[in-house]
Formats: sequence, C-alpha cells, structure tokens
Amino acid sequence: MLPLFILIPLTGVVLLNLPFAGALRKRAFALVVLLSAMQAAVVVVHPAGFWAETSLMDRFLALDLKAGQLSLVMLLSIGIALFAAAMVGHCTFRDDRQRSHFVSVLLISLIGMNGAVLVADLFSLYVFLEVTSVASFVLIAFNRDLRGLEGAFKYIVLSAVATVLMVSAVALLMMMAGGTGFGQVKAALEAGQGATLARLATGAFVCGLFIKGGLVPFHGWVLGAYSAAPAPASVLLAGIATKVTGVYGLVRLVVTVFPASETINQVLMLVGAVSIVVGALAALGQRDVKRLLAYSSISQVGYIVLGLGCGTPLGIAGAIFHLFNHSVFKSLLFVNAAALEGQLGTTEMDRMGGLGQKMPVTGVTSVIGVLSTAGVPPLSGFWSKLVIIVALWQAYHHAYAVIAVLFSLVTLAYLLVLQRKVFFGKTSDSLAGVREAPREVVAAALVLAGLTLGIGLLFPLLVHTFLLPMSGVF
Amino acid sequence: MTTDFVLLMAMVLAVMVTVMTARLLWSAIGLALASAVLAALMFRLNSPVAAVFELSVCAGLIPAIFISAIGLTSRLNPEALAKRWRHKLLKYGAMPVIVILVVWALWQLQVPLTFVAPPPAVEQDVRNVLWNQRHIDLLGQMSILAAGAFGVVVLIKGAKRE
Amino acid sequence: MSSEMTRLFSMFGVGVCLVLIVGFYCVLTTRNLIRVLIGMEVLTKAVTLLIIASGYAAGQIALAQAMAITLIIIEVVVIVVAICIILCVYRHNKSIDTALLKQIKG
Repeated sequence: MLPLFILIPLTGVVLLNLPFAGALRKRAFALVVLLSAMQAAVVVVHPAGFWAETSLMDRFLALDLKAGQLSLVMLLSIGIALFAAAMVGHCTFRDDRQRSHFVSVLLISLIGMNGAVLVADLFSLYVFLEVTSVASFVLIAFNRDLRGLEGAFKYIVLSAVATVLMVSAVALLMMMAGGTGFGQVKAALEAGQGATLARLATGAFVCGLFIKGGLVPFHGWVLGAYSAAPAPASVLLAGIATKVTGVYGLVRLVVTVFPASETINQVLMLVGAVSIVVGALAALGQRDVKRLLAYSSISQVGYIVLGLGCGTPLGIAGAIFHLFNHSVFKSLLFVNAAALEGQLGTTEMDRMGGLGQKMPVTGVTSVIGVLSTAGVPPLSGFWSKLVIIVALWQAYHHAYAVIAVLFSLVTLAYLLVLQRKVFFGKTSDSLAGVREAPREVVAAALVLAGLTLGIGLLFPLLVHTFLLPMSGVF
Repeated sequence: MTTDFVLLMAMVLAVMVTVMTARLLWSAIGLALASAVLAALMFRLNSPVAAVFELSVCAGLIPAIFISAIGLTSRLNPEALAKRWRHKLLKYGAMPVIVILVVWALWQLQVPLTFVAPPPAVEQDVRNVLWNQRHIDLLGQMSILAAGAFGVVVLIKGAKRE
Repeated sequence: MSSEMTRLFSMFGVGVCLVLIVGFYCVLTTRNLIRVLIGMEVLTKAVTLLIIASGYAAGQIALAQAMAITLIIIEVVVIVVAICIILCVYRHNKSIDTALLKQIKG
C-alpha cells in the first residue's frame, strides 16, 4: 500500500499532461487539494500496523518502503501543508497552462517528500531529497522575475554543496557497511570500525542536512528562496519542504541510524541554539513580512534541532511534535502573507496598517499563528516548546533551556510587532479599497488555525495517543 | 598502479585548466576532457557501464549544453580579455600552492583504513542491481527527469510566449 | 582491506580531495554565473570518482555503479535547470555578472 504515496502523484503528473486532459487541467488545483486532504485523512485513520501488512501490490513492486510512527507524522504534515499551498495556489494563478504546470511540479515535489519519508536507505533518501529540491528550484523561479531567479540560483548552489557532502558521506559509509540501507549502516557504525572515517562520513552527512534544512551557518539561501518565491511556493517551502529535506533527515538519522553519540548531540544542540539566536535577532529588524517569517522559520527549526540534540526520548518526541506544529503554524502565517500579497501587491510592512478591519479573518488567524509560534498557551506551539524545554532541563542542559525560554520571548516580541504594524491601528487612506482575501485562502487559514487551536486545547487528551508513542520505538 | 596515478594526475590537471582559464569555451572543453579521463579511470576500476554513461552524458551532453549557453550569453570583448590575463594570474596564483600544500598534508595524515569490509556480493551485474534491487531509485530518477522537463518548459517556453 | 587496496584507495582519496578543492575554489572566486556551474560540475566529478573508488575498494562495484549512474542523471537535471535560470537572468540583465545578483542580501 505504501508505494501508492509515490505512484498516485506520479500518475497525476502523467494524467495532467496528456494532450486531451483540458478539463482536468482547469481543475488542477482542486486535484491537489483532494489528494493532500486524502493523504492526511488516510494517515490519521489507519495506524502503523495497517501499513506494515504486505498487500497484493508488494508482489509486483519490490519497493523497500517502511512507515513507522515518525513517517506517518511526516506524511500527515506533508498532507496538511500541501493542502494549504494548493488552496493558495488556486487563487494565485489565472492562466490555465500555468496552473497545470505549477500543479505538475507541485505533485513532483510531493513525490519527493513522500518518498523521502518512506525509504529505508541512505542513498534513496538522498535521491528523493534531490527530487524535492529540484522541484523547489522550479517552483521558486516560476514567475521568472529577477528576485525569484536569484533566490532559486542561490538555492541551487548551496544544494549542490549539500549534495557533495551527502554523497561523499554515503560513499564512505557504503565502504564500511557493504551497503546503504539504514540497518546495514547502523550495524557497521555500532561495530565501531574505522572510527576516523566513520566520524568524517557522519559529520559530512549531517552538514549536508544542515544546509538543506536552512540552519545557521548554512542559511544563506533561505531568505532569498522564501521571500522571492510565488505565494503558494512559499507556503509549501516554509511549511514543509525544508522540514522534510533537512530536519526529517536529521531526526531519522539520530533515531534509526546513528549510535547514541555525545559529539553528535553536542553539535546538534549548538547548531540549534545558534539558529534560534541568529534567526530571532535577525527577524527583529526586518521590514518585509515574508523576510521576517523566513528568519522566524530559521529560528523555529533551531528549536527542533535543539530538542533533537537533547538525546533523551522526551527531547526527541518534543522535537517531532514541534516539527509537526511548526508545519501547521508556519504554513498559516505564510498563507496570511499570501493573502496580504494577493490583496495589496506588496509585502512591506511600512505600507500596511490597520488591516484588521478590512481583512478580519486574516487578522484573527494571524493572531492565532503568532501566539502559537511564540509558544503562548493554550496553543499547540506552547506544548511542544514546553516539552523541549523540560527535556533540556531534565538532561541538565540548563543553559540551553534558558536560551530557549529567552528567545521565545524575543519571538513573541517581533511577531507582535508584525501583528501591530500590519493589522492593528487605523487604516490609512491608500488602503481603503482593500478587501478580504478570496474564499479558498480564507478557508485554508481557518483550517490551519483550527488545527493549531484544537491541538493546543486537546493536548492533555492527545498526550497518550500522539506524544508518548513517538518516544518509543519508531 | 602507475596507470591510475597518471590518470589521476591528468584529471587534476584537466580540472585545474578548466578552472583557471580565462575563456569560458575552454572551460567547457576542459570539463569534457576531465569527464573523459574520469571515464577512463572508471574503466580501470571495473565499472564499464558507469564509464559509458559518464562518457556519453558528462563528456558529451553537458559540454554541449554549456557551449550553447555560453554562445547565447557571452559578448566578446577584446580589451577585457587582455586585461583578464594578469587579473587571472593573481587570482589563481594561490591555487597550485594550496594544492601542493594539501597533498603534503594529506600524505602526512595517513587516515587509517583499518576496517574489515564485508565480503562482496557474489553476483555483480550492474543491470541486475539497478533494475531488480533499486526500484525506488528508478522512480526517483523518473521524477527528477520530469521535474527537469517542467523546469525547461516553464522557464524557457514560458518566457518565449511573453 | 588488504594493504594494496588501502594504498590504492588512499591514492584515489587524495585525488578526490584535490579535485574538490579546485571545485570549491572555482565556486567561491568567480563572478560569472556559468563559471559557478562549471565549478559545481567539477565537484560532482570528484564525488562520482569517490563513489566508484569506494565501491571498488569494498567489492560493491555494482551498487557503486548504480549510485554513480543515478548521480549523473540528477546532475544533468540540475545543470539543465540552472542553465535555464541563467538564460532567464541574461534576458533580464543582459549580463551574467554575479555582482548584479547581490540584490537579495542574506
């Protein structure tokens, strides 16, 4: 059954580009919305055991895919973020041919992301990360404006460096392990052979993943890519693509492949903390909504990596929970940015003000997104940050815990500034004709805000079904 | 061993020429040359299928793409070319020095390769591995080729229509 | 690994490192977008050589060839997309000088 996650989008791409599929092309975005909603629903309804059963399909296709709890959570996040991106994209593109091309590339990025979270092999993981990245290059440069082209090119160069690091690491690990499957590599690393080479290889792979995930000091491409991409592409990139390509790789390696190592944990915590600090401080001075949100993303991904580096099961569970929450509330904030961009034609905060009256739904959902990002109870972001901070404190990493709490306050500060500048206050005359964003965008924002609110309020109930199983076997 | 050594030196030289030369066209040709040497190295290392692939794609297709792109975007400027020689010498003068230093450093380093590799698989046909064992990579390749095709369509054909 | 294989792999390892350095040097010190791509190509050459050499040293030559072929295909696609982007940039700017690309400050 698992190959369907890859084969269905692939058939979608083929179908969309058949010569006689004009009617299908008109409803291209509806197709993606349906697909992503189905993916999210299917993952929620069927537990892990269902996916482990072999079915008729496995007799024909020997695809080595595995889906544990971690993969299912990722599939859910992918479904939700893609849903939001597709709803926004529906309102962004008018030309039919453009729509079908955008949707085709969107589906290819879905293939890449689904594949990356389902494979059990290091090299295949790399291949699907590249698929997602190449699809992202095309999405960022889609409108052929100069800023988009520059953002895409920077991403290409840094992605090539990440490629070099990751593939060299896989080559060295293959030499030691005799293969590239997760199990084989884990066995070889645990047997502790060839210590210098092993450390070199794991270090290189981890650095490659840092680049893909946009962590400091490899975050040079994030700003250009997030802010210059067309609106639905920004939602997709910020919401999930960076998480899958970079952060999921790190989580999967720490959990499944690498033996418990103090060095790796220290490096992860350091990089995480530095990302939190740099992202938050840089966001304070930004004047453009999308750039501010881009730096905020860097900061939040730092939290995830910080929790991951903690090493304890609680820390890792908190990291995964924050990964999921981040994909929800960051997508929400970018959907709102897309609404602003669509209605105003600009994303500079100085030109906005008092839009809360003109765009009420956008304003309210933005407040929910802001509070969740900053970690204010009772929203979902609060719980995941709390788990990470508690895990850090329990593991005697007091300094890191203090940094995490402190910069939560900084996050609240710059996001409230964003909220005040854009939505509160009096509407200036130049903005008199602004109306609320189209239905689909508003609907997406409401769904995401509802999820943030719901998960936050129902957290005590969800602890047993959602959080604790994740800290067990993946 | 010595053939390998000579081929490796040839590749490093080809790559250095590629990077240091002032004219883009010679860079592309240098790249093709480096790919040819790499293909020869692959033949020496018992990898005929990969070598043929490398030769046809990286020593043929990619330099062709580069040369057509260079032809489309460069503007020949004689005075600038003359100025560039001295400029290039200064910029790239450091590189051979760095290379020699690194070779010396690596020779001193002697990274220990003291592990016992597992015994090799008995049947070693590439086609078998690629088609029967790594289906998932094939799907990845198909997807990435599709993504590239859409990239070209969106970026080039779309611009033409404007 | 036998000592002869170790020596062979060490030699290839040094070669790969040299090519990597040259490639990084190219990417870091050029002002021309196409040169940046050529540098990326050089880096990919080095990595392909490393894959094949490791496969040979470990006896896994079939797996290494499969990996190398996949990597070559990925590399071609990335180069093609990057060239298309450069052509679009050229259409905007009539030049491919990277100094003009500093509009997006990181």
